[in-house]
Amino acid sequence: MINISNISPEIEDILQTVYDPEIPVLTVLDMGIMRRVEQEGKKVTLNISPTYSGCPAMDMIADDLKKAFSEKGFEAEVKLVLSPAWTTDQISEEGKRKMREYGIASPLDPTADKDALRGESKKVKCTQCGSMNTLVVSQFGSTACKALFKCKDCLEPFDYFKCLR
Amino acid sequence: MNNSLYIYLLLLGDNSLILGHRLSELCGHGPNLETDIALTNHSLDLYGQVRSYYQYAAEVKGEGTEDSIAFLRNERQYYNVLLIEQPNSDFAHVICRQFLWDAYHLPLMRSLMKSKDDQISAIATKSEKEASYHLRFSSEWMRRLGDGTEESHAKLQAAFDHLYPYSFELFKETEIEKEMKENGIGANLSLIQTEWKKTTESVFEEANLKLPDTPPALTKGKQGIHTEAMGFILAELQYMQRAYPTMEW
Repeated sequence: MINISNISPEIEDILQTVYDPEIPVLTVLDMGIMRRVEQEGKKVTLNISPTYSGCPAMDMIADDLKKAFSEKGFEAEVKLVLSPAWTTDQISEEGKRKMREYGIASPLDPTADKDALRGESKKVKCTQCGSMNTLVVSQFGSTACKALFKCKDCLEPFDYFKCLR
Repeated sequence: MNNSLYIYLLLLGDNSLILGHRLSELCGHGPNLETDIALTNHSLDLYGQVRSYYQYAAEVKGEGTEDSIAFLRNERQYYNVLLIEQPNSDFAHVICRQFLWDAYHLPLMRSLMKSKDDQISAIATKSEKEASYHLRFSSEWMRRLGDGTEESHAKLQAAFDHLYPYSFELFKETEIEKEMKENGIGANLSLIQTEWKKTTESVFEEANLKLPDTPPALTKGKQGIHTEAMGFILAELQYMQRAYPTMEW
């Protein structure tokens, strides 16, 4: 299914320099959107999957990938693949940690996610002060993948990355 | 070229395009910031879906691109249902239109996930999660408006009276849809209708809505015969490509 374990260190180093423009602390590898990397000498074919169908970051990520590879003397072709669909489980643990440090609460499991988004239980932890006393302000946030929350203790607003599975 | 598959992809994609456009009109005009952002998020999801349908349609046809399909057809060549093109008269209309559509869209995607066509199945799998978020949002607002104040209820009931008769078209099977159902690519609309009824009836009840006694509207959107609203939508949607052909952003 996801076949990127065989990539050479050189390719991996390049991939580690390409970030998601919406969450600029996460690389494409942290996000888990790289689906397949095929290398033939200086030619690489990269398959990436969108998080949400209309994610406007995809075109930019594709351009950034091409640029990063061409700077290292490679010619990259980027293909968008829909299947298998991306899920938030593919964000690496390292990625989730970086996401929280950046101020975005990382996705919960599907049941907890549903409860939290319906405001039925407090399960999303404030990224500023760590309080569980948080409130969903809107199920739709600054980007398609996020919901907007507010902490009732420190009163700061913050984003929550919605579970997609 | 498989012409039936091409038309079927337009039947699926055009609803997403035109509803996406309708919702994009609200960008910066939502009743409050959260709702504004939510509705433009819906729009973005729909635009993402339509890109996948049109990219595939262009491949099936062997000519054109997602852009030429979106921007360079004439009114009679769009196959969206009439419900979708109804204007954003007020917030109650926006929510009611959205709900009637979402309650159809989610089971449609769930059914198409099992399509024999791998690409349609992949698009549906991706869209299903988005559709479930949309349905949750619109059904909550249906309850809130319908069971809210006297004024919000009256506005929702008025929107419902106007829009409900259009919902029958969603389930009126065209020749192409029949063919696609029979070869395992398309959905069985009567099964979708059963799901739709289950979802909508409980929400109508919680929102205290009375079913209008107007007969189903005469609807031929799926055959390319549209209401007056469609011309205005296309005039705006296609303006740049018509005024400056082949321009790129």
